[in-house]
Amino acid sequence: MSEATAVKEHISHEHHGFMNTYIFSLDHKMIGKQFLLLGLIMLLLGGGLALLVRWQLAYPEQPLPLIGASQHYLETGEAETAMDSYWDSELSKTEDEQGWLVQKMPVGIITPAFYNALFTMHATIMVFFVVMPILVGAFGNYLIPLMIGTRDMAFPLLNMLSFWIAVVSGAIMLAGFFVPGGHAATGWTGYPPLSTDPAWTGVDWGQNLWCISLIVLGISSLMGSINYITTIINMRAPGMTYMRMPMVIWALFIVAILLLLALPVLTAALAMLVFDRLAGTTFFNPAGGGDPLLWQHLFWFFGHPEVYILILPGMGITSEILPVFSRKPIFGYKAMVLAMASLAFLSWIVWGHHMFQSGMNPSMGMTFMITTMVIAVPSAIKTFNWLGTLWGGSIRFTVPMLNSLAFVSMFVIGGLSGIFMASSAVDIFIHDTYYIVAHIHYVVFGGSIFAIFAGVYYWFPKMFGRMMNEPLAKVHFWLSFIAFNCTFFPMHILGVGGHMRRIYNPMQYEFLQQFEHMNIFITMSAFALGLTQLILLFNVFHSMFRGKKAGDNPWNANTLEWTAATPPPHGNFDAIPTVHHAPYEYSAPGISEDWLSQTNELQPTNGNGH
Amino acid sequence: MDKDFVLWPEQASTLASRVDNIYLFLVAVSVFFTALIFFLIYLFAVKYRRKSEDDVPKEISGLLQLELVWSIIPLILVLIVFVWGATIYFDSYTPPADAMEIYVVGKQWMWHIQHPTGEREINELHVPTGQAVKLTMTSEDVIHSFYVPAFRTKKDVVPGRYSTMWFKAIKPGEYHLFCAEYCGTKHSEMIGKVVVMTPADYQNWLAGGPASEPMEVTGEKKFQQLACHTCHTDKPNARGPSLVGVFGESVLLKGGRSVIADEDYIRESILNPKAKITAGYQPVMPTFKGQISEVGLLQITAYLKSLAKEGNQ
Repeated sequence: MSEATAVKEHISHEHHGFMNTYIFSLDHKMIGKQFLLLGLIMLLLGGGLALLVRWQLAYPEQPLPLIGASQHYLETGEAETAMDSYWDSELSKTEDEQGWLVQKMPVGIITPAFYNALFTMHATIMVFFVVMPILVGAFGNYLIPLMIGTRDMAFPLLNMLSFWIAVVSGAIMLAGFFVPGGHAATGWTGYPPLSTDPAWTGVDWGQNLWCISLIVLGISSLMGSINYITTIINMRAPGMTYMRMPMVIWALFIVAILLLLALPVLTAALAMLVFDRLAGTTFFNPAGGGDPLLWQHLFWFFGHPEVYILILPGMGITSEILPVFSRKPIFGYKAMVLAMASLAFLSWIVWGHHMFQSGMNPSMGMTFMITTMVIAVPSAIKTFNWLGTLWGGSIRFTVPMLNSLAFVSMFVIGGLSGIFMASSAVDIFIHDTYYIVAHIHYVVFGGSIFAIFAGVYYWFPKMFGRMMNEPLAKVHFWLSFIAFNCTFFPMHILGVGGHMRRIYNPMQYEFLQQFEHMNIFITMSAFALGLTQLILLFNVFHSMFRGKKAGDNPWNANTLEWTAATPPPHGNFDAIPTVHHAPYEYSAPGISEDWLSQTNELQPTNGNGH
Repeated sequence: MDKDFVLWPEQASTLASRVDNIYLFLVAVSVFFTALIFFLIYLFAVKYRRKSEDDVPKEISGLLQLELVWSIIPLILVLIVFVWGATIYFDSYTPPADAMEIYVVGKQWMWHIQHPTGEREINELHVPTGQAVKLTMTSEDVIHSFYVPAFRTKKDVVPGRYSTMWFKAIKPGEYHLFCAEYCGTKHSEMIGKVVVMTPADYQNWLAGGPASEPMEVTGEKKFQQLACHTCHTDKPNARGPSLVGVFGESVLLKGGRSVIADEDYIRESILNPKAKITAGYQPVMPTFKGQISEVGLLQITAYLKSLAKEGNQ
């Protein structure tokens, strides 16, 4: 098939009608936007669950504001507010007739069982339905064809299915909140035997739906990763050699490989768990000769690559944005690619560091210790090479740039706190405390989420053809940055003080009572952080319709997506571009402008153009 | 902030100060690098801020020497931390030979503790100072984790197997004992305490309680009750192998493999007797699953250990 007929055929599947354009679209850009929308909706939900958890930790067993019963009602039993009368009438019903709310939080007080479901579902939703759909689903789908210079993904139908299967998975996951017994309450790590038998938690179908939803989601991710890998290997524009690929494409390529190899392990483990629960097998049940530690090995064999699936796209986005706004090439392109590849490789041989206190032989433990320690080296290369990119630049502090700098700084803190955990002697002390909670949030919120902010602000003009409101975006950035640190930094102190995670009421512990004020401070900061995100949502939806019209290349960037029209039409490019340069030829000598598009045929005078 | 706010729990075991030292070293390293990187970001932000629209920086695409420097220095640092941390890790794993043994069974949501001398405690553990204590632990239901912040030690308590941990307390006092592994609805109420006493006070405490039967004696009774002795008779042509002197020794299995007769082996041989058959015997022993509790298993194990001592004499 000639190029011309291929284009014609491709463009001809731009059928008309609402369903094919917005719902079951085969266009990678629409699918990317759909993943973004899914992620943002789930972000509101996952964040809301976290705020409920925080309320309970700061004000244990006190009624929630607004929906909780008044103090007067609690003391006297006389209804004072509208909510009081609601609780009063609900509580007088029999258990079968009571509404959902009163079962989860009678008079607005979160019950222990609901609290356990809350922290379980907060983590599950954030990891699987927010960060993965946005970083991998949205950015992966939107950027890969545009940045490697092709018209769409290799398998558009598979791509569409991948999104809709993710939606089905999400629906199954949310259904878990409404089944008798409540939603899964075994932590996002779902350790057996707690997760194998309803007797231990009182949760029955919640846990089953949790497993089934994640198995279904695994199918969706697998489809996406096969698509990404095939597209990147086969469909790069002429001249787009591997070493001319933008860093974010490298990151997504490596992530797709990780997903392809890691997810089947989780799927297998989940299937075994479902069999244990429903079919009477005993893979993880010692009473039948199984071993609960088997689950931990399988889960973390998936789980550690998963953490890199969450952070590598963020590294890619940052490596994209820093050169554009420093007007300099990325410092050490090859080392940056190698560092990501070695992080991905190392992620396969470190899973045991999640299990130092599970009772493994120390010789085994030491192997995991040294492999984990070595992660510091590629991480240091990345960090200092980002600094090298700033060095001697001409830095513009746009909102994407601010968020990327936040990513770098927060990644430094999250990375360094990781070394504490690699050192098993210290890990055994801080394991299962708030120190771990602080660490994971510095990596996944401080890292991944700030990278999501950076990416949304950076590519929004291309996606929707309009600029986002900059002053509002700056307010959002600074408030988020400050509230984030106020929320999560003190958790390090809680953790070293012995404050365990996943506890319903810290005030039950005499020696944790001294942390009451700190817990209240963290909760207030968390609410501020949550409310700040409404600014982002407003900005996104407002700018989509009312923003200033954006040109094709508002940031004067080199990579291919900026050579397409804004917003890119179906099929992306008028003609497939030819690539002449590495992606970060900024301020090249002999070029009149301080940027040099990858498609520009001009050669810099030092012959650096490859 | 509260007046008596403490940054971290007091150091009450020999391990605590060693863990804190490496922790503080890591804090120092982290603060140094965080400060360095934040300073550089700030410096570059101020110094290289875009001055005018036609401001064109020099194109620097990398510098191998620099990249080597910031690869090798972190590598050396983490190797130091590795060797240091691994030493403590090994020591914290291996109990001294003279350690006193205590048995722990976790269940939703309490700790059951059994001293070899027969004392039983719920959610409390009394130990003397200056004496290494080895805990052999298991769980009746889900995974729990035995965590004493003041000792800087923690070990998961896993159903179906024994895990061990040890500590040597250095200061008399009461210390918090928690379950650190999330274990179900009332996980946060699984609270206990470790009472550390001077050796003299400890002896008084032992003597002061209600008269109790040593674990090995209870174990021997259980051994009789369950009629174990009808097959394990110590006679040459008995149906079961003699158990005298077996504990801690290597046992030759059918098929030529051999196995060390430790707590896990004994537990398995009682609950799942056909898993490992001693060479020269038939797989005729029935399972005792459901007839004996975790504590009962530990008592029989204690009895077999006492037989081992006799056997070695």
